[in-house]
Amino acid sequence: MLDLSVIRQQGSFRVDVSMKTGAGVTALFGPSGSGKTSVINMVAGLARPDQGRIEVDGRVLFDSQQKVDIAPEHRRLGYVFQDGRLFPHLSVRANLNFGRDRVPESERKVEFDAVIDVLGIEHLLDRRPALLSGGEKQRVAIGRALLASPRILLMDEPLAALDANRKAELLPFIGALSKRFHIPIVYVSHSMDEVLSLADTLVLMDQGKMAAIGPTEDLLSRPELRPLTGRWEAGSVIRAKVEGHDKQEGMTRLRFAGGSLVMARNHLALGSTVRLRVHASDVAIALDHPGRVSVRNVLPAKVVSVRQVDPSLVDVILACGETQLWAQISGCAQADLDLKPGADVYAMVKALTIARGEVAETGET
Amino acid sequence: MFILTDLEIEALYLSLLVSGWAVVGSLPLGIGCAWLLARRDFPGKSLVDGLIHLPLVLPPVVVGYFLLVLMGRRGVIGSALYDWFGISVAFTWKGAAIASAVIAFPLMVRAIRLSLEGVDRGLEQAARTLGCGPFATFFTVTLPLVMPGILTGVILAFARSLSEFGATITFVSNIPGETRTLPIALYALTQIPGEDAAALRLCIISVVVAFVALMASEILSRRVQARLKG
Repeated sequence: MLDLSVIRQQGSFRVDVSMKTGAGVTALFGPSGSGKTSVINMVAGLARPDQGRIEVDGRVLFDSQQKVDIAPEHRRLGYVFQDGRLFPHLSVRANLNFGRDRVPESERKVEFDAVIDVLGIEHLLDRRPALLSGGEKQRVAIGRALLASPRILLMDEPLAALDANRKAELLPFIGALSKRFHIPIVYVSHSMDEVLSLADTLVLMDQGKMAAIGPTEDLLSRPELRPLTGRWEAGSVIRAKVEGHDKQEGMTRLRFAGGSLVMARNHLALGSTVRLRVHASDVAIALDHPGRVSVRNVLPAKVVSVRQVDPSLVDVILACGETQLWAQISGCAQADLDLKPGADVYAMVKALTIARGEVAETGET
Repeated sequence: MFILTDLEIEALYLSLLVSGWAVVGSLPLGIGCAWLLARRDFPGKSLVDGLIHLPLVLPPVVVGYFLLVLMGRRGVIGSALYDWFGISVAFTWKGAAIASAVIAFPLMVRAIRLSLEGVDRGLEQAARTLGCGPFATFFTVTLPLVMPGILTGVILAFARSLSEFGATITFVSNIPGETRTLPIALYALTQIPGEDAAALRLCIISVVVAFVALMASEILSRRVQARLKG
């Protein structure tokens, strides 16, 4: 979908990124000033790379060698800005139609009514942007970009200016957009919560460079990438499907590649796909099946790697089927168990340690 | 009852005609200059800026004299205009409009430029990503957003034109029915002994015209502001 390789010098800061992204949501994650916004500005044509090449859906948008530089208005990309940027002199309806009116009728892939419906903005149509709340503004901005039937939707921290409640309200919308309208999304963020609930693919950015790219679950579960994934606590991210809720026991059962997990009962939709985070310090390891134990999740696993972080802390990566699980045990526990790669063990995760806030619906069913 | 005499009607009509054309005629150029000064960097920018603002600080008589030299029948521009198009602006109401326009131009440019500098460039970028070219973006986004500034500029320029005296009388003189606007008619009356009452009437007319113009601008700009704020 998006294939780029660009270099741009901005003062003393250098952006040098090459990447390919696919369908679904790709998150560009990194601290402020890591060059995330510069990258999507170059894709949109709002900033010009010093050299390189940008291709979207096989169409060359920029190529410094062949001297191709398509103007932003001809790139057909949607851009949702952090600050919304609705036109204050136009009504919400006119804002929404601003891009749509400039797309030939035969190329309009996105239905006006469908967007209004998904974003729940019908009652706002005749208002002026000045009278909208922050969350409403962002919805209209998303709708406006979508209605231009873009080949890719670029989103630059669209939720950063919103409070936690509005954020939680809008996140599921964005997750559903890519699937509903079949438009790949490139999502810039410095919030791991957002990445966790939205991104299929994760691109870690560091000082203008791409540090890693891969499925979100993989990257977040790799100990060596920890400095980049941020102040986020060590742990693995598992993609799972909601299999059932047990009212009596107050439990929700989830199935993932490699077994099933139970957690405290929640309101996730049955059959929906979720990402959940298991903190490394919440995973215990037993050499033998513990038998009768309060821990609800006892998963057969194989040791993949063992790494002594410091005298008191050992990182152990386990494989439960295809899923990797990251465990942290104490130095003396390792001295006692003497774990080695290839050993068969049992990973134990207390149901209550899988916190509700760390389970996010991905919008897939 | 305050009934206007023919002479007063003539002076009032000329004043409105001259000021109206001065503003309307110079507005596109004013927007262009404001845009250039607000958005572009080019060699000699401060010189252009200074030239545009010169009439603000020069005595109007100097401006009028320059215009006479340049655009009079024998002036560089004036003779070219006459030779090529058969147009002569010297000693006509068109010349008065040009004099007013030049004098009022810096006020207009200043107001529009300030407003342009306040426009969020991000909105223009947003328009571009939505498939709107630079030209269309200017007319659909930038221009509506600087409307309050344009309105202010137009009103200021119109008011300044109404009160224009020095440059006008120097450039196009005092010709009844052609260049005798309200201020010039008033000046002429004050030169004649015993015409105090007539002069006072012209004063009152001037005050009323100025007042109506200001009120209208206030109402208009409030409407425009309200539209932008929702």
